[in-house]
Amino acid sequence: MEDIKVKEERSAPQDTPAEAVITVSHLSKSFGDKQVLKDINLTLKKGENIVVMGKSGEGKSITIQCIVGMQEPDSGSVKVLGKEVLELNDEELKELRKRIGFLFQSAALYDSMSVRDNLSFPLTKVLKIKDQKEIDQRIEEMLDSVGLSDAIDKMPSDLSGGMLKRVGLARTLIVKPEIMLYDEPTTGLDPITGREISHLIVDIQKKYKTSSIIITHDLECAKITANRILVMSEGEYIAEGTYDELQSSDNELVKSFFI
Amino acid sequence: MNIETNKLAVKTWLESAGDTCIFFYKFMRNTFSIEFEWSEFVRQCYEIGYKSFTLVGITSFIMGTVLIIQLRPTMVDFGAESMLPKILTVAIFREIGPVITGIICAGKIASGIGAELGSMKVTEQIDSMEVSGANPMQYLVATRIIACCLMLPLLTILGNLLSLLGGYLAMNFTDKVSFYLYFSKSFNSLTFTDYLPAMLKTVLFGFAIGFVGCYKGYNANRGTASVGIAANSAVVTASLWIFFIDIVVVLITNLLF
Ligand SMILES: Nc1ncnc2c1ncn2[C@@H]1O[C@H](COP(=O)(O)OP(=O)(O)O)[C@@H](O)[C@H]1O
Ligand SMILES: [Mg+2]
Repeated sequence: MEDIKVKEERSAPQDTPAEAVITVSHLSKSFGDKQVLKDINLTLKKGENIVVMGKSGEGKSITIQCIVGMQEPDSGSVKVLGKEVLELNDEELKELRKRIGFLFQSAALYDSMSVRDNLSFPLTKVLKIKDQKEIDQRIEEMLDSVGLSDAIDKMPSDLSGGMLKRVGLARTLIVKPEIMLYDEPTTGLDPITGREISHLIVDIQKKYKTSSIIITHDLECAKITANRILVMSEGEYIAEGTYDELQSSDNELVKSFFI
Repeated sequence: MNIETNKLAVKTWLESAGDTCIFFYKFMRNTFSIEFEWSEFVRQCYEIGYKSFTLVGITSFIMGTVLIIQLRPTMVDFGAESMLPKILTVAIFREIGPVITGIICAGKIASGIGAELGSMKVTEQIDSMEVSGANPMQYLVATRIIACCLMLPLLTILGNLLSLLGGYLAMNFTDKVSFYLYFSKSFNSLTFTDYLPAMLKTVLFGFAIGFVGCYKGYNANRGTASVGIAANSAVVTASLWIFFIDIVVVLITNLLF
């Protein structure tokens, strides 16, 4: 199987469209009487950064939670890296999750552990790396690339909001995921720190060749990070395009985001 | 009472019973696994056992002292003063020691675990662990529950001994009793059936405390208020479970021995 695939890739012409790493189709989800997701369709291509914009409570987080199997949709299909998420058993889901990085809005650092232990956790508990030397080396390298080398022995409670996000990012990236899902990476940060995080996201895309979905309602973040933007409203995507395309859109709702 | 609300209550109850069973199943699967987190388990034993020891010790010591002071007049009336060490020992080892330790630990440990896991849940730390492909049931839950099962018997034994010591001190308020005589009387009165079922009971208490604490914390709702709710309902539920387990074990022991 592997061999054939490699050959096909090699012989394929250079300009074939990149393969889709995430395909979400006709996803719907309700909580009680409230239909949060109506008909979500989304394709993330390899190496691409998609930004999803929308008001609070529109179900943006729920969408990406469905992608990693944290939420079970009512109907629809979610295909990630060639696997149908809803059909996976616990073990298979765990294997798939190792290949996806999920950055929570709150960064969700383990607050009883130092930065070092936060970063070593996925290495020892998920990748099951035993070699202490390799662990230390990867932690240092990762902290260095998010610009936080000197915070290694601090506790999360001693870090600022921007630093928390960076450590959270480092902890997610340390396992070298193929897909990154960012839930409001710049929300709650000052504009300067927000910009730094946005640039970091682009750097990560280039350096680690990740494909990402970025949820945000921060225009600047969208402008910096997006290859393509989706605008979400009432459980559906109402517009899609590059930043410039959407900026000149006639749709009232889309316009309201770009003021 | 209208039927609809009753139906809803029954449904919620059944759902939570079902959730509890699933939680139990997951716990079992993760405990009896080659990947058991030994180092985290040891850390939890320290957190749970060592840090509760002072509280359990002081309470047990006072309990022993107070029991002797309270029992003494009656026993003197019966002319059975020399029975005091025996009575105290049997009461403490069979019933009072395990239950007092259990209740105190429900207050301290179950609420602690409930609040800790509850806040981890609310701040998305547990979700984050799960989504990263790690196994919080194994790392957070199995270790804590097993640590409780191991620590409760140990705390109870230490508490029991301190109760006896407290009793000895109280005996000496009124007249001199030889330390050796007191303890030899105490321990001679203990039989296997006093001891083993009671110890078994404390393992179950430990399980109830750990399990309820973890379950409540792990299933905390969204929002910070639910951390308090998780901690609180962990204490209430664990305490009830302790009395429930107590009576079941006592009834079974009575039938068997
Ligand atoms: N576990 C849940 N139970 C009930 N309602 C929920 C739950 N999770 C999310 N919701 C609701 O779903 C809606 C979408 O949530 P979310 O995806 O977090 O929005 P956002 O677009 O701001 O990320 C919200 O209105 C929220 O109230
Ligand atoms: Mg959200």
